[in-house]
Amino acid sequence: MSAMPGEKAVIDRERLNDLISILNRQGYTVIGPTMGEGAILYDVVTGIGDLPAGWGDEEEGGRYRPVRRSDQALFGYSKPAQGLKGHLHPARQRLFAAERAGNGFRVLKDEGKAPRYAFLGARACELAAMRVQDKVFDNGAYRDPHYFAKRDDAFIALVTCAQAGGTCFCASMNSGPDATEGFDLKLAELGSTFLIEAGSERGAAILAQLSPRPATDADRQAGVAQIAKARQQSRSMVEGVGPMMAARLEHPHWDEVAKRCMTCGNCTMVCPTCFCTTVEDVTDLAGNNAERWRKWDSCFSVDYSYIHGGAVRSQGAARYRQWITHKLSHWVSQFGVSGCVGCGRCITWCPVGIDITAEAKALGG
Amino acid sequence: MARTRPRLGVFKFSSCDGCQLSLLDCELELLAVTEAVEIAYFLEATRKDMKGPFDITLVEGSVTTPHEAELIHKVRKSTGTLITIGACATSGGIQALKNFKDVKDFIDKVYAHPEYIETLATATPIADHVTVDFELRGCPINKHQLLEVINATLNGRKPVVPKHSECIECKSRGTVCVMVAKGEACLGPVTQAGCGGLCPASHRGCFGCFGPMETPNTAALSERLKALGSAPRDIHRLFQTFNANAPAFRQQAESLEDRV
Repeated sequence: MSAMPGEKAVIDRERLNDLISILNRQGYTVIGPTMGEGAILYDVVTGIGDLPAGWGDEEEGGRYRPVRRSDQALFGYSKPAQGLKGHLHPARQRLFAAERAGNGFRVLKDEGKAPRYAFLGARACELAAMRVQDKVFDNGAYRDPHYFAKRDDAFIALVTCAQAGGTCFCASMNSGPDATEGFDLKLAELGSTFLIEAGSERGAAILAQLSPRPATDADRQAGVAQIAKARQQSRSMVEGVGPMMAARLEHPHWDEVAKRCMTCGNCTMVCPTCFCTTVEDVTDLAGNNAERWRKWDSCFSVDYSYIHGGAVRSQGAARYRQWITHKLSHWVSQFGVSGCVGCGRCITWCPVGIDITAEAKALGG
Repeated sequence: MARTRPRLGVFKFSSCDGCQLSLLDCELELLAVTEAVEIAYFLEATRKDMKGPFDITLVEGSVTTPHEAELIHKVRKSTGTLITIGACATSGGIQALKNFKDVKDFIDKVYAHPEYIETLATATPIADHVTVDFELRGCPINKHQLLEVINATLNGRKPVVPKHSECIECKSRGTVCVMVAKGEACLGPVTQAGCGGLCPASHRGCFGCFGPMETPNTAALSERLKALGSAPRDIHRLFQTFNANAPAFRQQAESLEDRV
């Protein structure tokens, strides 16, 4: 069959090997889920054998455990420990190198070529997060070349969730578990087959090479039922959270959260939309060579709000308020979207299990 | 633009020598260091004993004896920029455990001739005795951070040595959190970054070698460790290691004392 964008087809699970091979031949490094040290992580995958067959995950506030499933599902977990942010917006990125030249300096040409990534197994929330970061890194007047060198050409083979994780709340953020655009291929794992559709011309061209057969009504219904099941989530974001947060800048609850918050910054690190960075200049001892690096920063560090005379947000309460009000409220006025996609990573990976949905509810009450 | 080579002194107080060893451990960069500075006093590296004054002095170790309490003032007087290196020099080190017990009791038990032992009742950081220009944490220090501090000092800029939590280093290198994924007791959230996330990357909890981070919420961490099954005695011990005398760790351990 010829696969048209939007048309649903079915492929056998083994065809994922062909998908990876085709992408590799087209020059993509395929990033997908793998079973890493103690958690499912995104890494380079070269075949089905690298995928976390039979692994699921348990998540709660401050707790994560990989667990064995009763089947051999390849995408039977909710989401990898860290998202895809680290690939498009790396934790450390060299902006330029320079060398001394006379009384000034000369910027050296960067010969490095950005990797061409294909993301296999990206979740709807992760795609939503990329679309949020697209707005952050391109405000119309300035387009971050380092981010878009990887993002522009990234191939997205989305795999929708078969069930929600313990901390997921994408349904209430309208960022999952299904996606309607922004992907090249969208897959849903149905036992030994995948329901698949193309979302772009290049996706359709690849799908045509995967021996697709038309999806039956039963296949389609199974896909719909799976999304409906993944929509059953134990957490949800309180409605109208943006305006509510903006009206709670003074509230006794901030001090209550600060008693539990360690200002360690884990939430900002695992958040797929948190984008803040600091810039670090390094020189050699002789002072002849210099490099400028961009590194992930966190609004939970004191230096983050340092201006002449000291840090603006010296108290933990002020830093937590900055993070959550920006994420859920000010982000909307700044970028036109919420900064939260409901992936729940900030809840899972907070060492003390602070829950953004519970704190928002407490503030709204 | 030629610079005159500043004179570097490296002094040892009560310590294991591990931090000064980090300077020798710089290997490839060591030649660049010797080109950038004149190593005027560094007994671990050279017997050459040149007198001060020194432009830059690295001080390792804590003040644990009456002799050291006097010597540190002489070092300070002969030095331009004084940088303390390591947990001993910046918080008192592992030997500061004696601060919480009766020292005379130890001496009587350990030494055949206690009368030969001359020691203070406490092991204290250098900054308790003289003005310190920069404190470089770690047990031992990280050689890259040491080079950065020397480099920044030579080039007249502020060293890039973040004071935020260790967690930021773990997440930046992609290490899976051992506390969240394995329930391990870990001091990372209250510990200053700098080691690069060494222990969690080896599937162990952080021991707190770099001392308290800038705003450590040790009470919140203690509560969580208790919920994960640690006994108060174990949490107490976690805070009483290499940086036991650092105020945030000391106070947290003291708050657990009645339950140990």
